[in-house]
Amino acid sequence: MRITCPWCGPRPLSEFTYGGDAGKTRPKKLDKASPDEWADYVYLRENPAGRHVEYWHHSGGCRSWLVVTRDTLSHEISKTVLAYPLAGGAGS
Amino acid sequence: MRYSLGAIIRNAATGHKHWPRQWREPEPKKAYDIVLVGGGGHGLATAYYLARNHGLTNIAVLEKGYLGNGNIGRNTTIVRSNYLCPQNIQFYEHSLKLWEGLSQDLNYNVMLSQRGALVVFHTPAQRDAAVRRGNSLRLNGVDAVLLDRAGVKKLAPAIDYSPTARFPVLGGMLQPRGGSVRHDAVAWGFARAADARGIDIIQNCEVTGFRIEKGRVRGVETSRGSIMAKKVGIVVAGRSSLVGKMAGLRLPIESHVLQCFVTEAVKPVLDTVVSFGAAHFSIVQSDKGGLVFNGDLDGYNSYAQRGNLAVVENVAASAASFMPCMSRLRLLRHWGGINDMTMDGSPIITKTPVKGLFFNGGWCYGGFKATPASGWTFAYLIANAEPHSLASSFSLSRFETGLVINESGTGPLPGTH
Repeated sequence: MRITCPWCGPRPLSEFTYGGDAGKTRPKKLDKASPDEWADYVYLRENPAGRHVEYWHHSGGCRSWLVVTRDTLSHEISKTVLAYPLAGGAGS
Repeated sequence: MRYSLGAIIRNAATGHKHWPRQWREPEPKKAYDIVLVGGGGHGLATAYYLARNHGLTNIAVLEKGYLGNGNIGRNTTIVRSNYLCPQNIQFYEHSLKLWEGLSQDLNYNVMLSQRGALVVFHTPAQRDAAVRRGNSLRLNGVDAVLLDRAGVKKLAPAIDYSPTARFPVLGGMLQPRGGSVRHDAVAWGFARAADARGIDIIQNCEVTGFRIEKGRVRGVETSRGSIMAKKVGIVVAGRSSLVGKMAGLRLPIESHVLQCFVTEAVKPVLDTVVSFGAAHFSIVQSDKGGLVFNGDLDGYNSYAQRGNLAVVENVAASAASFMPCMSRLRLLRHWGGINDMTMDGSPIITKTPVKGLFFNGGWCYGGFKATPASGWTFAYLIANAEPHSLASSFSLSRFETGLVINESGTGPLPGTH
């Protein structure tokens, strides 16, 4: 598997660290979010067989956080973008 | 037929032509008291213990494929109970005790070999952690022995003890009762014993939906028609989120792939189960002579039952560093299994918000050794609608209450457990 970093181009998997599901949105009002909302954000995952939007860190390269759209059955990557313009919820 | 020396002699005299099939192939009935979704090791064990411990036999086990094709046939066959958290130690120790009597109980040789499970350490900090774990085990009445370098060398001479070893061996923590089990025999033995008590094992029967009315489960839809049931247990390692979703469950699980490897057969070189302390690498020599080993998870969500080459390279490097004598061996096979990794690294055996629907899953990569205890406690939960005392900590609600059981202390990152 290779990930095409927007800054560095196609790079091998060993340069990247997985950051998990990017579809979760952190509760907006941190003080007012209920324990259930926090449990949902921290623990519950859709875990689909198919298209998955996920974070990857180019830890062995430019150190950018990326949002990658990948198929969990075939590992085909259909989209890779930088994460910071999406800050606050890549899934929304 | 009961398997015995007499049965072997009788069948030998007639050319082994009259051995009966080990289990029936029944058509699914319209309704059962209990339907178990998933005919893997845990599902079959649950069915068996429902009959054995609770006298319940109007049960169907529905399996999408065939018996032994899932994770029960994809693991590295290791059994042990050397955990750190008391809830896990007690649970896995119960499992190990069940393993110790399982061949007699099932009348099926599961070939338990208690050759010892050894975790090697390479730094003083790792030794401290091993001592802490050993103390935790002994406080819970489980066997644990601290070995120095000479002790490890005596037990596993194939490890690299040279002055140039990248990770010098300081010692190890041994659980003498750990070992390995013939994994296919576990599936077949539980299936045969459950079938003999009247439970229907239905292969090639995929569950496609759940019939839920007014918050209570009424049955399942399958590729072979509707089947009604008073109670339903979901026990589908590697498919927990997908099957759970059909019943409206949202789970704290990510599915990851773990790769395993077996080399060509060689003469006995390793007569204990050994884990490398400097990387995630465990190895056991099978009775046929192949070295069976695994490394880390690939590290990202995957439903592909095959892995990525970066991990193959990493595992090969671990092998060559730990046991350099392996470096010229050829791999015979290499495969992947899907591990349902929970957010705290511990399993889930639980009631669900749907009445009559129970869930067992999220075994991370500890599922094989847990097979008998998982079946034992899940059967108790289904029969009594109350959790067994050994599994009450493994509820789904622990993620809301914060009472998570995190062996590795790495937080809600399933790929790191």
